[in-house]
Amino acid sequence: MLKVKNLEVYYGVIAAVRGIDFEVKEGEIISLIGSNGAGKTSTLQALLNSIKRKGEVVFGGYDTKNHKTHTLVQKGLALVPEGRRVFINLSVEENLRMGAFNNDENYEHLKDEMYKLFPRIGEKKSQMAGTLSGGEQQMLAIARALMSEPKLLMLDEPSLGLAPKIVGEVFETITRLRDEGITILLVEQNAYAALSISDRAYVLENGEIAISGDAKDLIGDDSIREKYLGG
Amino acid sequence: MDILTFMQQMVNGISLGSMYALIAIGYTLVYGVLRLINFAHGDIMMVGAFTAYFAHASGVPFGLAVILAIFAAMVTGILTDKIAYKPLRDAPKISLLITAIGISFFLENLFNVLFGGVPRAFSAPDYMTKILHFKGMYIPVTVIIIPTVTLILLFIMLWILNKTKYGMAIRSLAFDIPTVKLMGINADFIIMLVFAMGSGLAAVGGIFYAVSYPSIDPLMGVIVGLKAFAAAVLGGIGSVTGAVIGGFILGFTEIVVVAFMPELGGYKDAFAFVFLILVLLFKPTGIMGQDLERSRF
Repeated sequence: MLKVKNLEVYYGVIAAVRGIDFEVKEGEIISLIGSNGAGKTSTLQALLNSIKRKGEVVFGGYDTKNHKTHTLVQKGLALVPEGRRVFINLSVEENLRMGAFNNDENYEHLKDEMYKLFPRIGEKKSQMAGTLSGGEQQMLAIARALMSEPKLLMLDEPSLGLAPKIVGEVFETITRLRDEGITILLVEQNAYAALSISDRAYVLENGEIAISGDAKDLIGDDSIREKYLGG
Repeated sequence: MDILTFMQQMVNGISLGSMYALIAIGYTLVYGVLRLINFAHGDIMMVGAFTAYFAHASGVPFGLAVILAIFAAMVTGILTDKIAYKPLRDAPKISLLITAIGISFFLENLFNVLFGGVPRAFSAPDYMTKILHFKGMYIPVTVIIIPTVTLILLFIMLWILNKTKYGMAIRSLAFDIPTVKLMGINADFIIMLVFAMGSGLAAVGGIFYAVSYPSIDPLMGVIVGLKAFAAAVLGGIGSVTGAVIGGFILGFTEIVVVAFMPELGGYKDAFAFVFLILVLLFKPTGIMGQDLERSRF
C-alpha cells in the first residue's frame, strides 16, 4: 500500500531523515519507533509532502511526488498529528465536519459511527473541542481523521501525555480499526505499547533505520529491550 | 436638542456605521486567517466604487452596476492575494504588511494615472437619492437602504461562518493552518474565499459611500479604509460581530460629535484614531476579540 524508498529530509544542512526505506502492506499495523529526534515526525510529514523531501513515496501505486498535502489526504492518506491539534475553537461536531470536508455524502452516517466508536465524545458533541480532556481530544483527533475514510491512517505519538489507562484505550481502538480494514502506520516513543499491537516495526535512530522486523521478534530481542523498552 | 433632531442623527449614525462595518469585516476576516492588516482593503473598496461609477455612467442599470462592482472588487482582492501575498505565506509578517502598503499605493496611483485625481460626481438613480419626509424628519432613502442591506449581508456572513463547512474551515484556519491541510482542505482556496467575501463587502460599502457623499476619487479609500480598520480593532480584530459593533460605534460617535459639538466638527476624522489608540492602550483585543496570538498553535 505504501512504499518508501530512500526518503531524505533536510532542515537546512541538518539531516533529519537519511535515506530510509520501508513498506506498509494492506491490513498491517506498522510502527516506527525511536527516541526523540530520531526523525519519526519528519518522516510522517514528508510522506504527506508537508515538508520538503527527497526520495520516492508510492501510495497505492500512485507516485506522491509533486502533490500537495490536501490532495494526498483526498487520496486516502490521513494523519493524526502529534499533540492532537483538534480545532479548539470549534465544537466536537464541527471538528468531525472538518474531517469530512471532502466527504459530504457520508458525513451524517460516519458521524454516528464515530459517536458509537467513541461514546465519550458523542456525549460532548456540542462542546468546544478545547474543553475536552487530553484523552478525549486524542479520540476526537482519531475520529476526525477517520471521517475522510482513509485507506492508510498514520498516527503520530497518540500516547503522548496521556494517562496509562487512556493509552490502553487508544491502542485498543487502533487494533479495532485495523480489524475493520484500515491500514495503520504508528509512530511512537512508547515502544513497548506500539510493538505489542504491531505486525512489524522499524526502529529509527538518527534518521536511519537501525533495526526492523516482526514486532514479536523485536519485543523478545534482548538488545532492543535494553535500548528502547527500558530494560 | 429636540427629539426629532436626535432621531435624525441616530438614523445618520446607523447609516455611517453600516458603511464602516461593511468595510471593517474585510479587515477582520483577512487578519483572522493571515494575521495581515490588509492595507490595500480601502483601495479595493475604491475599485468597487469606480467600477460601479463607470458601469452606471455607460448605461448599465444601477443594480447590475453594483453586481459588476462587487465582482471587480472580488477579482482585485483575489489577484492581490495570489500575486502579492501568496508568495509570502512563509515570510515574516512584516514583509506581508509592507507588501500590503505597496499594493495600496499601487492601486491608488494606478487609478490616478488611468482616470485622474479629480473627484467625480457619483450619480445614483432616483430611488437611491430620494428624501422621505416623515413626521418632521428628513430621511434620505439611503439611510434605510444602507443599514438594511448591511444587516442582510451580515446575517449571510455569520451564517456562512457558523453553519457551512467553508465557514468552519475559515475559523479553523485562524488557529491552525497545517492541520486544516491535513483535513484534505485546500487552504489557499479557503484564503481565496476570504479575500472574495471581504472585497465584495468592501465594494458594497464603497458604493454606499459614493452614493451618500456623492463623489469618488482614487484616494477615497485611504481615510475610510483607515477608519474601518480602527473600527475592526475597536470591535476586536478577528471577530466579524466585533467589526460590525466597532463600525457602528465609530459611525455614531462621528455623527454625534458633529451634531452636538459642531465646534469639534473639523476633528471628526480624528476620533477614529483616538479610539484606535485608546483600544490599543487599554484593551488590545478589542470588544469581542480573542487573544489570537496566544491561542494559535
